[in-house]
Amino acid sequence: MFEGWDAAVLARAQFAFTMSFHIVFPAFTIGLASYLAVLEALWLWTGREVFINLFNYWLKIFAVTFGMGVVSGIVMSYQFGTNWSAFADKTGPVIGPLMAYEVLTAFFLEAGFLGVMLFGLERVGHRLHFLATSMVAVGTLFSAFWILSANSWMQTPAGYAVNADGQFVAADWLEVIFNPSFPYRLVHMVLAAYLTTALVVGAVGAFHLWRDQHLPGPRVMFSMAMWMATLVAPIQILAGDQHGLNTLEHQPTKIMAMEGHYESHKNGAPLILFGLPDQAAGEVKYALEIPKLGSLILKHSLDAPMAGLDTVPRENWPPVPITFWSFRVMVGLGLLMLALGLFSLWNRWRGTLYQSRLLHMFAMAMGPAGFLAVIAGWITTETGRQPFTVYGLLRTVESASPLGAPAVASSLTAFVIVYFAVFSAGVIYILRLMALPPLHGEQGPRGDIPARAAGITPAAGAAAKGAV
Amino acid sequence: MAASVDIAVIWAFIIAFAVFVYVVMDGFDLGLGILFSLFPNKADRDVIMNSVAPVWDGNETWLVLGGGGMMAAFPLAYAVLMPALYTPMIAMLIGLIFRGVAFEFRWRTTQSGRNRWDLAFAGGSLLAALAQGIALGAILQGIHVEGRHYAGGWWDWLTPFSILTGLALVIGYALLGATWLVLKTEGELRDKAYHLSWFLLFAMLAAIGAVSIATPFLHVQYAQRWFTWPNVILTAPVPIAVAAVAVMLLRSLASKQDYRPFFLSLALFALSYAGLGISMWPYIVPQSITIWQAASPENSQLFMLVGVAVLVPLILGYTAWAYWVFRGKVRPEGGYH
Repeated sequence: MFEGWDAAVLARAQFAFTMSFHIVFPAFTIGLASYLAVLEALWLWTGREVFINLFNYWLKIFAVTFGMGVVSGIVMSYQFGTNWSAFADKTGPVIGPLMAYEVLTAFFLEAGFLGVMLFGLERVGHRLHFLATSMVAVGTLFSAFWILSANSWMQTPAGYAVNADGQFVAADWLEVIFNPSFPYRLVHMVLAAYLTTALVVGAVGAFHLWRDQHLPGPRVMFSMAMWMATLVAPIQILAGDQHGLNTLEHQPTKIMAMEGHYESHKNGAPLILFGLPDQAAGEVKYALEIPKLGSLILKHSLDAPMAGLDTVPRENWPPVPITFWSFRVMVGLGLLMLALGLFSLWNRWRGTLYQSRLLHMFAMAMGPAGFLAVIAGWITTETGRQPFTVYGLLRTVESASPLGAPAVASSLTAFVIVYFAVFSAGVIYILRLMALPPLHGEQGPRGDIPARAAGITPAAGAAAKGAV
Repeated sequence: MAASVDIAVIWAFIIAFAVFVYVVMDGFDLGLGILFSLFPNKADRDVIMNSVAPVWDGNETWLVLGGGGMMAAFPLAYAVLMPALYTPMIAMLIGLIFRGVAFEFRWRTTQSGRNRWDLAFAGGSLLAALAQGIALGAILQGIHVEGRHYAGGWWDWLTPFSILTGLALVIGYALLGATWLVLKTEGELRDKAYHLSWFLLFAMLAAIGAVSIATPFLHVQYAQRWFTWPNVILTAPVPIAVAAVAVMLLRSLASKQDYRPFFLSLALFALSYAGLGISMWPYIVPQSITIWQAASPENSQLFMLVGVAVLVPLILGYTAWAYWVFRGKVRPEGGYH
């Protein structure tokens, strides 16, 4: 399957593949955990049944998604050792503790309270159960904090020294954790997770409104999701712009790749909208560009000079075509999200939020857009950092394990087969859950199952239990 | 330098603790998977799954702490061991994927789909347990290191000894799983679990015996550690305690005290684990890298030690609470109600 690939390339393919699958789950569970906490809080506060119905409805979907996030995450945490052992040895003293803190503050918190959140409502009472839900939600955010700190340190290393064994060691932990790109990346990613969840919730709401405009659950979730899209999409675009300016300061070659700037421009760089970057020739073919706009966006001046990749040695070039295109996919999807938010706002103002077929169709089409944008964004930032794992300091080829290509090719093949088999099944189960509308008396992850299996209604099941 | 020596030792015990907690906690829920095919009845399977559904994720988190903690505190050991154990590690991860998703997937599908995920749960658990046991054997028998890299081949881990430790761990996990069922279930399911526990206890004692006999032949250092004077004063109590716990376990099985067999099985694991520690100390990669050689710089270990000191007691506290919430026998109808 992978003849002729060397071990380091295979290891990169494996990381890219397993990461692209994994990122989808936390992107969804970060947002969904917060949404569940909000729904439960609204239920406790208002006592309206629709909120607990929605809570139980999304809790089942959360349970399936979270399980997939856990198992695909364990693969990530061991992959640093299996495929990237030289990287683990050299950077372990710096990013190892950040990941250890992620386990201690986030993973245990999520896992410890997840069982109570999923199955414990009737055992612990409302207040403690809400505490458990909140702890899971907080855990997902702690997790984002630490893993993005570790990733950002690899992008913009700070606060480090190098010891006699060639390992990076921390000189100042605060500088390591709060390295220059971290605050921007954290905000951008958490907003992305919230937007992703809002788009999924909105699409499910729209799907059920399409069939019945009067269902209370879908109306509430659709309205909440569209508020989220309306408010967060513009903030996300501003946050992304700030993140880009930060990247220009600390990782200029990544910006050159994103913009397709092979050549330097002394008097204002154009904004290349589309084109075909040709890495070998070092130019963007068939470029459709707006003069001076690139400098205006990045330097806030029409005539500001912009350096291109012609100022960078070729062995330090990132792969421009991938970075260039994945960036455009992300930005394009972001603009569509903004459009959806504005369109929903217009319909809300006109009083047609629950009636507009066009809006519902648009929202359904945008359901997977968050996931695609997240993956495109990650591809942009990770390929734009190449050819380094620790930007400017440690090359990707020097980071790999001393393994033969057959070993890495075999494990890659195994992961591809297993991931498609397992996670596509999971996606089907999630879609099946979404295809049913939230009902009056909606049950949590196990509540409906014994009753359904026995062919009796939940009420009869409860009565039978009372009799026992 | 003295301070850094101490902190490396502290970290060796922290990692050992994390791995031990993982082994006993995920051990019983992997054990349930290993025994799963012996319980073909759907109602029994639902009870077995529900007995761990609220806690399995927390159990597995200790594996991430063991791995992540090792990368942080002993990066050289992590960098040498993972490529050396490449195939067992990948097999373990794939096994954990299949069994982990089965917890929720099996409730979301039809009868034939459920059978498929039940098979995934059983097969994944067996594969993960076997791979962990093989990895343990591969570490004990020694790893070829040059400079700061693993220098052996792709198949070095596979030997009769590592197969033996693989099977031993499968048996041990199955014993933990069976005694967990004794603790958490009632009626015929519990009776069957008692029956299995008898058989598995004898198998476990045989496995402990076989591994204990084989280990001193791997390296002369292991034999010296266990059998030379005055080490014997420290090492002899371990097999004596194993015998004592085994007798207590037999009696608790005979007198049908539901809660005792599980905790005595944990004690058996603790003693085997202590024996392992005695053999390996002070190496983290046996006979080639000591804990001091592999240790991270002092400031990395100290930075994490603060977190561990504050957070691990908290984690143990809320984990205990989660177990307490779901205490007692699991009943067939209604899962947790």
